Amino acid sequence: MMTELNKKIGPVWVIAEQLECNLLAVSTQLVGQARKLADQLHTTVEAVLLGNNLDKQTHELIAAGADRVYFGNDPQLAFYHPEIYTDIIVNLAQSYKPEIILIGSTAMGRELAPLVAARLQTGLSAHCIDLVLDGDLNLEQRIPAYGGLLSIICPEKRPQMATVAKGVFAAPQLDENRSGEVMAIQIPSVISDRIQTLEVVHQEPQGVPLESAEIVVAGGAGAGDTEGWQKIANLAETLNAALGSTRPAVDEGWIELSTMIGQSGKMVNPQLYIGVGLSGEQQHLVGVVDAKVMIAINNDDKSPVFEQVDYGIVDDCREFVPVLIEKIKTAQQEKDTC
Amino acid sequence: MFNIVVCVKAVPDPKEACNIKIDPETLTLMRCDVPMVVNPLDKHAIQAAVELKAKTDVFITVLSMGPPEAGNIVKECLALGADRGILLSDPAFGGADTFATAFTLATGIKRIGLPDLVLCGMASSDGSTEWVGPQIATFLDQPVVTMVTEIVDAGVDTWQVKASIDDGYRLMQVKLPAVFTLTRDVNTPKTLSFSGIIKARKKEIEIWGLDELGVSSEVVGLKGSPTIVSELNPSDTKREVEFISGTREEKADLLVQKLMATGLL
Repeated sequence: MMTELNKKIGPVWVIAEQLECNLLAVSTQLVGQARKLADQLHTTVEAVLLGNNLDKQTHELIAAGADRVYFGNDPQLAFYHPEIYTDIIVNLAQSYKPEIILIGSTAMGRELAPLVAARLQTGLSAHCIDLVLDGDLNLEQRIPAYGGLLSIICPEKRPQMATVAKGVFAAPQLDENRSGEVMAIQIPSVISDRIQTLEVVHQEPQGVPLESAEIVVAGGAGAGDTEGWQKIANLAETLNAALGSTRPAVDEGWIELSTMIGQSGKMVNPQLYIGVGLSGEQQHLVGVVDAKVMIAINNDDKSPVFEQVDYGIVDDCREFVPVLIEKIKTAQQEKDTC
Repeated sequence: MFNIVVCVKAVPDPKEACNIKIDPETLTLMRCDVPMVVNPLDKHAIQAAVELKAKTDVFITVLSMGPPEAGNIVKECLALGADRGILLSDPAFGGADTFATAFTLATGIKRIGLPDLVLCGMASSDGSTEWVGPQIATFLDQPVVTMVTEIVDAGVDTWQVKASIDDGYRLMQVKLPAVFTLTRDVNTPKTLSFSGIIKARKKEIEIWGLDELGVSSEVVGLKGSPTIVSELNPSDTKREVEFISGTREEKADLLVQKLMATGLL
């Protein structure tokens, strides 16, 4: 025990992210979780924030639980640049030796995290759904896999690194009176020109957004083909639900990657979830565990999905869904005329 | 000659992946005869290389790391149009996490001779990690763009690509040599042709182990992996299911009643 107490444990870091000067929700969520871990480790929470024209965002990070913010505020940092961001974070990490680095599973985080981890020659786990400390104070990084939860640890290398999707951890209570230190950081004077961002285009999302939907209809490989998929899409439309998907459906090309639910996709929190023609893989279902009512439609009564829902329908979804849609429409009309 | 290395992974067929379970005793995968296939996103990387070859003088090397059985998927890539197939296979490579995998693949790429371009699929369907492409770039000290959705301009020494961001895209200009990881938006992979299979039959796959790579067993496989699996816990997401039975019409009627009961219709 003495050695444990004497060992100096480095800070818990969060690589914060902002979009057009707004701090992302996942960044404050991660600061909240970092605070819990740091309190158990008797260490501090530090965030790295890079961007341009930023100011109050450093205080938001402190209010969420950070003790120190490494702050890069420079036109060159306005938008994420893989090489500049990696250089800055690697240099800071080599100086301040964090115990843990948490990064959001955003497009930026998913590129930046492996670059930083490889440079620091350390481990990185992907899209964790829980982070706790084990008996040896190693970070236990939990990820869903094949019908269970795997715990990944990085016992010998530091920092221990993990990416986490938005919505895995709750937003922390903000304490506007918390104090912390903001440390301005130097921007490298020589910038590599082998990679340049020419343009960044933001597009408006279409349809009912998955993350705030009350009803989510998700389809999987059981749709069979584009025609089958359209039936599932029609069910979503009839219910005014958001349409989600599994990786096999995305791989088949029936729907965009942005609709994928689960560990490496979106976390959803609907009142009602209907899984159609999908087998209930953990990587998908961890994205919907909080749904109040869960229903599955699958033609295989042995499908693992039926172990994880409240109501099961064993039927060919391609035949069943059109019948269901008609029944729902009738019920909706009756309700309207009441 | 423009040289491309395409990295591919043999994965359990995603359509049957739900049949794979983890043995709680040994923490190893029980594959239950689920066939191994080319990771779906890697097919887009092969296709991108094959499309370039149709336009200009390109030599495509397919590189994979895996057990000897993974040779079949390298062979499949030859049939899809690759010129040379190499499988990094050695008992010492087993148990590698993404760091050790990327290191081993990067070592293989250096031995092939640094190409103009390395292409990978954006993610693997089995591990759902996306780290190998960018980490290969780090080990090769090359720039990388992940989640490429469109190759806008494929020049000899500079490429322009569109890549996905959370709510849109970024247009990137990259000096070659470089690494790109591709999404499924980038192209539509062709299926195997009879003539491709015949041509591939004549080509041999090269198998490289520790000796060929000239690295110590300490830096590859499980020993070279910073992360380890420490525990497996059963999922706590189980619910008690109530099956709704009857004719198709009856089931639909009963389900609508359940939906009405949620108050959401």
